[in-house]
Amino acid sequence: MDLSYGKEYDEFRAQVRSFLEENWPPQGGASRDDGGRQFRQAAIERGYLYRNIPKRYGGSEQEADSIAAQIIREEFGAKHAPMEIRAIGMMMLVPTLLERAEEWQKEKFVRPTVMGEITWCQGYSEPGSGSDLASLQTRGVLEGDEWVINGQKIWTTSAMEADWMFCLVRTEPDVPKHAGISYLLIPMKQPGIEVRPLKQMNGTAEFNEVFFTDARTPADHIVGQRGEGWLVSRTTLKHERNSIAAAAQAAATFQGLVQFARDTKRGGRPVIEDPLVREQLAILEGYVCAHEYSGLRQFTKDAKGESPGIISMMNKLHSTNIGSMVAKASLEIMGEDGLMDPVQTGLAKLGVIPSGSQAWLNQYMYSLGIAVAGGTANIQRNVIGERGLGLPRDHYANRSSGK
Amino acid sequence: MNFDISEEQELLQETLKQYVENECPPTRIRELFDSGEGWDPTFWKGLVEMGVAGLVVPEEHGGAGLELLDLALAAESLAYGGAPGPFFGHSLACLAISLGGSDAQKAKWLPGLATGEALGSVALGEAGGAWQPEQWEVSGDGSVSGSKICVPHAGRADVIVVGVAGPGLVLVERVASGVEVQPFEGVDRVRPLDTVVFEGAACEALPEGAAAAPRLRDAGLVLLAADAFGSATRLVDMCVEYAKNREQFGVTIGHFQALKHQLSSMALEIEPSRGLYWYAAHAFDHILDESERSAAIAKAHITDRAMQISRDAVEAHGGIGFTWECDVQLWFKRAMFDRAFLGQPSVHRERSAQLAGW
Ligand SMILES: Cc1cc2nc3c(=O)[nH]c(=O)nc-3n(C[C@H](O)[C@H](O)[C@H](O)COP(=O)(O)OP(=O)(O)OC[C@H]3O[C@@H](n4cnc5c(N)ncnc54)[C@H](O)[C@@H]3O)c2cc1C
Repeated sequence: MDLSYGKEYDEFRAQVRSFLEENWPPQGGASRDDGGRQFRQAAIERGYLYRNIPKRYGGSEQEADSIAAQIIREEFGAKHAPMEIRAIGMMMLVPTLLERAEEWQKEKFVRPTVMGEITWCQGYSEPGSGSDLASLQTRGVLEGDEWVINGQKIWTTSAMEADWMFCLVRTEPDVPKHAGISYLLIPMKQPGIEVRPLKQMNGTAEFNEVFFTDARTPADHIVGQRGEGWLVSRTTLKHERNSIAAAAQAAATFQGLVQFARDTKRGGRPVIEDPLVREQLAILEGYVCAHEYSGLRQFTKDAKGESPGIISMMNKLHSTNIGSMVAKASLEIMGEDGLMDPVQTGLAKLGVIPSGSQAWLNQYMYSLGIAVAGGTANIQRNVIGERGLGLPRDHYANRSSGK
Repeated sequence: MNFDISEEQELLQETLKQYVENECPPTRIRELFDSGEGWDPTFWKGLVEMGVAGLVVPEEHGGAGLELLDLALAAESLAYGGAPGPFFGHSLACLAISLGGSDAQKAKWLPGLATGEALGSVALGEAGGAWQPEQWEVSGDGSVSGSKICVPHAGRADVIVVGVAGPGLVLVERVASGVEVQPFEGVDRVRPLDTVVFEGAACEALPEGAAAAPRLRDAGLVLLAADAFGSATRLVDMCVEYAKNREQFGVTIGHFQALKHQLSSMALEIEPSRGLYWYAAHAFDHILDESERSAAIAKAHITDRAMQISRDAVEAHGGIGFTWECDVQLWFKRAMFDRAFLGQPSVHRERSAQLAGW
């Protein structure tokens, strides 16, 4: 155990600091947007951002070094300087393209995605296929040099704004379900696609229904081979996995909750003096600290190139459980404010720590969306039980649904 | 940045696990449970030969000179195996003398404690939940008078570090006059406890005893957290093993998703908390201003998790889980010990809240 970064990184940290000193915030009246773009470009040139993306696709192509990456996050974070764009295309599509796509596909899509010039949505879930994603039915048929797509996606976050969709479609109807899926890249702005927003329980509408009626995309806009879509969609980021940031986010939110309990008064006294609230917060802190140290432990294992083991399968459920406990505790703290409508804050603002009852009410609801998105708690428990503990596989999972 | 244990530390854990598995399998633990002995001289001798008795005794006094993290890792492994014996109280006695003793006291006691020739224990608790140093009322000015509860292996100890008002920590030899050991019917029969009644017993104050007392408490909290972690992981492993073998409705019960999810949830409750006790142990030696609070958090969180897991483990085994025959009860009771000793979780949650300035 050694919780310092080691002497050899002092120099590196100093370099990052002096870079920030010179470049952030932007000088000379540049707008924050323009300034942000220029800053990112400068940071890429210095090797601080998009470290695992090759130079020819707009990245800085650095050797994997988790500690350097963490130092950059810390220093940039402290100065509120722009980091990588955290859109879904950047987080989910780009790693997939780098790992699996053909050269021309990488050239065409990676750089503009990295730069935020094109945005993406993820077309996986369908009305009949959520947890059982591989049963999806949206059809893709090759007609001449185009895929013709018919069917429907649902819960598609940001489909309204997105330029492109990375999408799972069934192209091989006659083989077992996992083997009949292809991974297509589909332009969103076309007559064959209709997007209808879905209003969420918190009042905002970030996810959507997407209807395909003879929608089209060029035949070569497929990542991997026909029928390999399932495998392709499982590709994840290989290096510099950011296991600390998520846990740090939970810790920051928890500190926000403690502040909320200090600031909120009941009978003229701060709620944090209430023994029950104190106990609840202290219970929560146990989970939050555990989560943080688990992040550090995985970070260390990653840096050493070792497998962190079962803990890596627990991150999502542990963090959404904490999110749920935080949400409930905030209701306990706010008392009668729990009768209010939440302030309508979207997903984009979720990284920001709530402040005030209405923002906490939004988190009270949104924490549930986060728990469902990307695999429900039960699905996580299946993964922990089967892959982690080695219990028998669920026989339903591999059953062909006959669709 | 290295939030991980070293290869030597992994080896220490592996070696201890193997040793307990070979020398004190559940059948043997059960014999000790039933006989009420809680003590296996051969088993302890083996541990002593491996250097376990003196892990945190400084090298110049014949110990291994290691840190609390090493001791806690050992505690986890011993708990995983269900090891009987005086490791806990003895280790705390070594720490107390190392932390608060004079050179003469160290020279007199530590070499014998490190080689296992002498056995140490600690008398911390007093009736009414008075475990914390500031709550101690037993007097220790010149001689000790009053009752201490839940003293591990007091009947076998040569020297007892007693928590007292004022000087904080004093040394009492068990054979001194005015020391009466009254066996206590403890739930964890492999770590027996006694009540010790002092009546003007001769004692020697540790010169740094007042400062060492809260440190000793914190070390105790970390060791209990580590012990509870080892116990809880053992219980999860036992349940998983059982679920892979026991058949109902023509399949092993691990096929049933309800049970699978219960087991996943148990694992999810305990596995992420490993770093809590690592961090608290590391902080004890390296991040002093976070040591007290992180020890409180680790103890409260992990012993609470272990309690729930031990209850779930009984259920996961069905009827057999409720029997004296079933090994689950051995770790179930270990978890009860870890939770109550030095104060239940709520005590340490309130302490950590105060320490955070809430
Ligand atoms: C805020 C938000 C954003 C989202 N964004 C996107 C997006 O951008 N793109 C996209 O494609 N999708 C998106 N989703 C969809 C999300 O991935 C699915 O909602 C999720 O996978 C669950 O599928 P479902 O809604 O069909 O629920 P179902 O699968 O019908 O689940 C209903 C209930 O049944 C349980 N269940 C199902 N199968 C099992 C099983 N085998 N064992 C035990 N229990 C089971 C579930 O745990 C759940 O409790 C988003 C969802 C949310 C809430």
